[in-house]
Amino acid sequence: MNLEKVIFGFFIVLAATLNFGFFIGDIDNPVHHDVYELFAAIVVNLIATVLKFGDRTQIGAVHLSTSLVADLQLLAAAMVWGYGTHILGQGMTPEITTSVVSLSGGALFANIVSVIILIAETIMQRR
Amino acid sequence: MAVTPQQGLFFLVLRRMRAPLIALILILAVSTVGLTLAPGVDVDGQPSRLSFFHAFYFISYTATTIGFGEIPVTFSDQQRLWVIVCIYLSVVGWAYAFSAVLALFQDAAFLGAVRSERFAGKVGRIREPFYLICGYGETGRLICRALDHLGLRAVVLEKDPGKAGDVELHEYLADIPVLAADASQPEILRIAGLTNPRCKGVMALTNDDQANLAIAISARLLAPKLPALCRVEHPDSAANMASFGTRHIINPFARFGEYLALALRAPAAYHLLTWLTGVPGTTIRRHRDPPRGPWVLCGYGSFGAAMVEALDREALPVTIIDRHPARDLTRTWIEGDATGAQALTGAGIGQAVGIVAGTANDVDNLSVVVTARELNPRLFTVLRQNNFANRALFEAFDSDVTVVSSEIIAHECLAILTTPLLDLFLQEIQHREDAWSREILDALTGRFDWVVPAVWSLRFNLPQTPAVHRHLMQPGSRMDLGTLLRDPHDRYSALPCAALLLRREGGTAEMLPGADTQIQLGDELLLVGRPRAQRDLALTVENANTLIYVQTGTDLPGGWLWQWLARRRKSAEQSR
Repeated sequence: MNLEKVIFGFFIVLAATLNFGFFIGDIDNPVHHDVYELFAAIVVNLIATVLKFGDRTQIGAVHLSTSLVADLQLLAAAMVWGYGTHILGQGMTPEITTSVVSLSGGALFANIVSVIILIAETIMQRR
Repeated sequence: MAVTPQQGLFFLVLRRMRAPLIALILILAVSTVGLTLAPGVDVDGQPSRLSFFHAFYFISYTATTIGFGEIPVTFSDQQRLWVIVCIYLSVVGWAYAFSAVLALFQDAAFLGAVRSERFAGKVGRIREPFYLICGYGETGRLICRALDHLGLRAVVLEKDPGKAGDVELHEYLADIPVLAADASQPEILRIAGLTNPRCKGVMALTNDDQANLAIAISARLLAPKLPALCRVEHPDSAANMASFGTRHIINPFARFGEYLALALRAPAAYHLLTWLTGVPGTTIRRHRDPPRGPWVLCGYGSFGAAMVEALDREALPVTIIDRHPARDLTRTWIEGDATGAQALTGAGIGQAVGIVAGTANDVDNLSVVVTARELNPRLFTVLRQNNFANRALFEAFDSDVTVVSSEIIAHECLAILTTPLLDLFLQEIQHREDAWSREILDALTGRFDWVVPAVWSLRFNLPQTPAVHRHLMQPGSRMDLGTLLRDPHDRYSALPCAALLLRREGGTAEMLPGADTQIQLGDELLLVGRPRAQRDLALTVENANTLIYVQTGTDLPGGWLWQWLARRRKSAEQSR
């Protein structure tokens, strides 16, 4: 067992699960989507991205690109949230909530791809 | 995935920055979350908490030590307590990240990667033909200087960082990219531009036969069409190189042996050869012709063996003096110390006409020739110089010939690379009568002096000589050599250069083509002359207007507008 692999897998799966946890629920109901979970998803995604830095292999490159996509989507979701709650000042209206959640849904897809690559890589190595 | 050196550097930075970046992300995340959880009061005194938006804003300016104050409302004591923790955490995080970056810049592997990336970038940006030189010793330095003098670019690989640093100390006109790395590794050769289409030749000049062999193999496999020139000292390494088709194997000792044999047989041909292949810009000192008669050789090593072979070829008797007992019983062999008068007298120095001091020790060699000259002042001396640092001593002793292997290799490399036709010419003079060579030598040195001339070749095709090409493509047009070699600044005088050889496309070569020789497309011309003539001739063959001036004496205006005006004026004159 390799500690580096454990940490790597842990962060990738955690990024996906947190993202899923935020995404699940009625799309326009702010009660179902906790902002703390969004924050945690962003932080864990960023860490997962940094962990993927410096891998020269083809699979490492795809890994990094899926993570970058997820980061982009989640940061966009956070910006929409900040815009809705602080700049428009209306709080989490159904429109803003829908927009934030759908953006995080996109990130979830990228995270799922990341997890699939992780599994594929593990199966490929057979060790 | 193919990784370029630049990407390699990028990945190295990313990998080293992994831990500090994660630490920073975690610190910022913990600080932000903590601040959103800490209880505070709003403007009206009601209990409230900071939202993520405000918390992240506050942490961002606090962590970067900008510090705008407590925004949007004054903090509660609980919030301040947490902010104290945040401030120290962020300072630790930044300190860690900065120290990681600084350590990275100090890191030998990182600096090496930066250097090789910069080197690769420099090589990649060279927009003209260049030569790859492996090994910057005495030979490499001579070649770099000569290439620089000729206006050609070079790229240098040298294993010893100290010697590689010398490239920057020796002042060259052009920038010479240099990397301190082992040239026997194929990857290093690739970075240095071995597979670059602008690379015109590779020279393996290290003092290690094995490394030269490795370079030769890499060049043969990675860039099969590229001329590879390899220095070699041992005959078995040379045989190994020859076995996989290395085209130019240069053994300086064997080469000097050939020169000596030529000098004994045909002195004028030898002088012509040294004059044509000298380092450009230097003056050749014409020494007396080596006499025929009994010779004495001191030191039977690889150099001595090559000399003995050369003297044998000319059927001259040789007496060998060596510290070791006779290895070759067919020869006159005296075991002893050649630096002493006793051994020299024993070898019959009084009757000898020449002496070769060929040991691997410079001081011994000098001692041998000084003693020998005292015993027989008329001796022709061939002195081997091993170490460049002893040059002053060798210059002070006025030897007839001083053999410096680095110079021999440098001359050979330059002749092969810069003017392939010269090799053909030199082979031809070795087969001709010596009187013929003497005639050429006297004519040329009378005209151009003993300063080493510029020797260059010209091929009549579209890229090299666009003006001549266009002129010859017109039906019925002719171009003779005498016209072409007129001065483009004053067509009534000839350029200070002479044509040595003209090779027709079919393969027939004409020695010393006359002024009325007709030039055809595809011809290759070998020229010798002053460097000014090379530049002026380039002007004639490239610029159509200059070519017309040289042919007819009329000075055509340059641009379209002026040409149009000139045509109008001409037709107006005709109609009048």
